[in-house]
Amino acid sequence: MTLRTDPVTINFGPHHPSTHGVFQMRITADGEVITNLEPVMGYLHRGCEKLSEGRTYTQLVPLTDRLDYLSPMSNNVACVLAAEKLGEIPVPERAQYIRVIMAELQRLANHGAMTGFLLNDLGTFFTLFHYTMREREKILDLFEMTCGTRVTVSYMRPGGVLQDLPEEFMPRLRALLDELPQRLDEYEALITENEIVLARTKGVGVMPREMALAAGCSGPMLRGSGVKWDIRKNDPYGIYDRFQFDIPVGTNGDVYDRYWVRIQEMRQSVRILEQAYRDIPQGDVRTRLPLFFRLPTGEAYARIEAPKGELGFYLVSDGGIAPYRLHVRSPSFINLGVLRDLTVGYTVADAVITLGSVDIVLGEVDR
Amino acid sequence: MSVWDYIVNLIPNLAHNLRAAVAGGPDWLVFLVMGLAGVLALVAFVMLQVPPLTWVERRLVARAQVRMGPNRVGPFGLLQPIADALKLMTKEVIVPSSADGLLHLLGCALIFIPPFMIFAVVPFSMGGVFTDLNMGLVYVIAVGSLGAVIIFTAGFASANRYSMLGAARAVAQLLSYEVPATIALVTVALAAGTLSLSGIVMAQTVPYILYFPLALIIFFIGSLVEVNRSPADLAEAESEIIAGYHTEYGGFKWAVFQLAEYTHMVAASALIATVFLGGWKGPGLPPYLWLYAKMLAVILLYMWIRFTLPRIRVDQVMAFAWKFLLPLSLINVLVVGLEVALAPGLPVWLIGINIPFAAASIVVWAKVYRALEGPPRLMQRRELPGITVPLSAETPAGSVR
Repeated sequence: MTLRTDPVTINFGPHHPSTHGVFQMRITADGEVITNLEPVMGYLHRGCEKLSEGRTYTQLVPLTDRLDYLSPMSNNVACVLAAEKLGEIPVPERAQYIRVIMAELQRLANHGAMTGFLLNDLGTFFTLFHYTMREREKILDLFEMTCGTRVTVSYMRPGGVLQDLPEEFMPRLRALLDELPQRLDEYEALITENEIVLARTKGVGVMPREMALAAGCSGPMLRGSGVKWDIRKNDPYGIYDRFQFDIPVGTNGDVYDRYWVRIQEMRQSVRILEQAYRDIPQGDVRTRLPLFFRLPTGEAYARIEAPKGELGFYLVSDGGIAPYRLHVRSPSFINLGVLRDLTVGYTVADAVITLGSVDIVLGEVDR
Repeated sequence: MSVWDYIVNLIPNLAHNLRAAVAGGPDWLVFLVMGLAGVLALVAFVMLQVPPLTWVERRLVARAQVRMGPNRVGPFGLLQPIADALKLMTKEVIVPSSADGLLHLLGCALIFIPPFMIFAVVPFSMGGVFTDLNMGLVYVIAVGSLGAVIIFTAGFASANRYSMLGAARAVAQLLSYEVPATIALVTVALAAGTLSLSGIVMAQTVPYILYFPLALIIFFIGSLVEVNRSPADLAEAESEIIAGYHTEYGGFKWAVFQLAEYTHMVAASALIATVFLGGWKGPGLPPYLWLYAKMLAVILLYMWIRFTLPRIRVDQVMAFAWKFLLPLSLINVLVVGLEVALAPGLPVWLIGINIPFAAASIVVWAKVYRALEGPPRLMQRRELPGITVPLSAETPAGSVR
């Protein structure tokens, strides 16, 4: 006798503990095995791109804080890079170093948060999450010290940064840099060789190299699948060509590799920060620009290696004080495009950790 | 009889006094009074320790996670459980319109019964047991598995898809952990020569944790799954299926499920303490305190595991139980059976054999298991023809850097 069974449709989200915001996965499952998955987005659409058309180039920066709210510093850098590229605005040396420091601190904070969230999705009841949040707090303290806010930093300006680092910044950064390698060892002790983590994440959500390339994935998603591609190395912006660091790549392209790549990237970020700490010069931090400066007519695309992948700002100017059109190439959104192919055939529990390993922020997906 | 002797044998003495007080009455009255008093005492014992346990767990998890934990209500936040209970009692209870109302109510009403039934046969001291069943071990296994049935009832009656997934997982867990855990208990019965829990305690001149560490490990893993604690809290996996079988229970009904989870944990710890840790035996302190101390040790272990380990998947629970634990427990029964037959009376030197044997058998069997199963960690993705459209394997020109 065979039992007749029907596939069941489950709405994962927009209110669900593991959708990382207001994201909805419409899962069709045969028992626990997923037969189809339909991502539903747009719950957090705020029209950032359209809003930016009524703002000056300096006023764009606060908008970008709200895109990927786990890494606002990186968003700021990408945004002002586009304006600087179009207007050929020079950036002082010290400001370049400050940008690198901020972007790498932000990468540490973001990857830490992602690792903590991933372990939550795996069901560790927030233990690792609280450890990574402890380090993130220290990084946010540094941000607060520098620009007064912790999350909505708005620190970068076309032509440099808002203001110079306060005096106590460098000693605090030094203390953090001394502490971080031990902390990373601590995280790894808890997860990297954990038998249950290995059993849950190895071979789950496998993305072959070809699929990653064809889908336009970037960042740790792409590197987890074994493609050695990092914009900091392959298309350096700012002063990244001066720093020594490696690009960690995974082999299987599964959830575990994506986690592993991120932990290794955190170690490389510490390396970059050490070099920046050593080499940072004194001097001016901002090229003075008029309050309502105009960019020449034309278009520019600036991209950076944001923590989540290639973050690009495509800026079109008609010669006015505000952009004619701004498009954000958000890594979260494009990395999410493969979600269905990564999850179909796996179980519901696997879909949750696969989504966690993509590392999305809905502010950036929906913009 | 001194006061100390009275305190040491508190439970039989109290029972004796009560029986003396109603001795003149008809038989049914004596039976009724004694039974009700016992039930009340057991329920009070279990229920009164659950709120402090929630506080202990929250403080401990806070400590593990470098944060403070509840510290606002009362000294050290000790009154937090009361505040929580008051808040939950005043909340509106919502039953989904599509739910089966009666079963929905029964789900949270019946969930308490299995753990209390286990306590009926747990001895708190010499003679301090509600009913000394001569087949107590069989009874404990039988009522212990009732929990999954009730969880299934609750999940099924909720008419919610998350609940249904949780309910199905609970049944899958029941099917997997029961067999190895039961076979692990068989070794104890073989050695003690009795199925009565009082008899097993009496037989333990040395706690069985030393004689049968392998059986303890297998049974402990089984009990983790049975009481729905991490890493096997699949039926209520928060990050996957919201709250699993009790997604649709709010307010005080939710509190009932939380209480039941702790009650299950207390019952399982009492069982482990009785069967493997020597029960109420111990020097100095009154016996019931000894039992309670051992139970607390097991409960703290449950909590510690919960803070540390991620959750396993439901197919992994089943595969682990059937393919790994079951053969291991069978080997264990075989070896213990030989030991009991060849060296009757369990001489102490068996400890020197059994502890290395436990370690060796786990390591060797794990290696053999790995070899038999092939690459262990790569999951076989289920192919679903006609549903997925694989992305083109061809790389677009110019995209390879």
